[in-house]
Amino acid sequence: MKHVATEVAGQSPNFLLARFQQLVDWAVNASRANSLWPMPFGTACCAIEFMATAASRFDFARFGMERQAFSPRQADVLICAGRLPFKLAPVIRRVFDQMPQPKWVISMGACASTGGVFDNYAMVQGIDTIVPVDVYVPGCPPRPEGLLYGILLLHKKIKGESLFDAQPRRDEQVLDERGLRLPPETINEISEPFGNSIHQFRSA
Amino acid sequence: MNPTVDALRATFGDAIGRAHRARDGDAVVVVRRERLLDALRWLRDTPDQRFDYLVDVTAVEYRDRERPLEVVYFLRSLDRRADLRVKVELDPAGELAVDSVVTLWAGADWLEREVYDMFGITFHGHPDLRRILMWETYAEGYPLRKDFPLRGRFSRAEQVRQALNANPEAHYSLEELSIAQAHAELPADMRGRLERGERGTVPGSA
Repeated sequence: MKHVATEVAGQSPNFLLARFQQLVDWAVNASRANSLWPMPFGTACCAIEFMATAASRFDFARFGMERQAFSPRQADVLICAGRLPFKLAPVIRRVFDQMPQPKWVISMGACASTGGVFDNYAMVQGIDTIVPVDVYVPGCPPRPEGLLYGILLLHKKIKGESLFDAQPRRDEQVLDERGLRLPPETINEISEPFGNSIHQFRSA
Repeated sequence: MNPTVDALRATFGDAIGRAHRARDGDAVVVVRRERLLDALRWLRDTPDQRFDYLVDVTAVEYRDRERPLEVVYFLRSLDRRADLRVKVELDPAGELAVDSVVTLWAGADWLEREVYDMFGITFHGHPDLRRILMWETYAEGYPLRKDFPLRGRFSRAEQVRQALNANPEAHYSLEELSIAQAHAELPADMRGRLERGERGTVPGSA
């Protein structure tokens, strides 16, 4: 992506600066992408597939996730593997808040991404109502190949970022005065039933 | 039909209601609410019965609104390898309350809390009757009741707002945190919160 160099290369007075920024971006992003430390937030069966992904056969250490950070303060990417009940919503929010910048979130599986089959009173309908999500991995649960593909997509996304954007994409997304990350209408809209859920009644 | 049920009937008379055999072979007996604690204590302490293990406490609400709610006690005698289910019927129009059996089986503590949380049935004499699965400021009602909507009573945004405003540490009592001994070393704010027994309030309700 060209973020700064808008003039014709070779004729622009900014040419050297732009090349320098590209070089810095390339080095920084390659370092970040190839050494992601995941913070596993495993709540359900997806966590079993996550463990398989971490173990010897699939081994995401091949992609630089050498060390799982079981403390959010040393983690780069939060992987929510499994369904998230409302009771855990403040917990994952605090874990996310404790992670240092830059940080990314992978939502692994149908339940973390949408609530899945658990369209009920106790379950968060997609963790993007709680924390910002970078990559959604579909599946119930996703196979390790699926999670690895999601991780590689995240690599691609990280490599497209720039340190020199006027508005850094990775602003700290704090909660508003209501304590929400998104406007209530948006939360209601993305929590609407879909798929088989629409055949269920809202009231008992 | 079942020697235990016959003995119960002989001892407690008309406090013992109908009895039948469940499909898995266990005897089921209905006891009047007033005599429940006596009957269970008798079942536990009588040498011929020795129901020393409370497997589970749960409740049933039927779709037929006329039928009473039932609280079910699953008893087992480890010595005699015998099972018994004791039921109490509660009129849904009246007070949903029954005596706590924590004094008989300490393990009933969390089981009764779960029934209270999910069905709203009060257990008289319970030492610490709080919600256990849902958080304590949960204000939508009792999820396993038939009149409870599947997706809850509040909008999703309101549910998310209340969840995010909850304080996760306030779910636990001083004993559960096992910090009674370390009380003096705690930060002042946490100590004050524990002393006040503060568990947070429903956001926006004040």
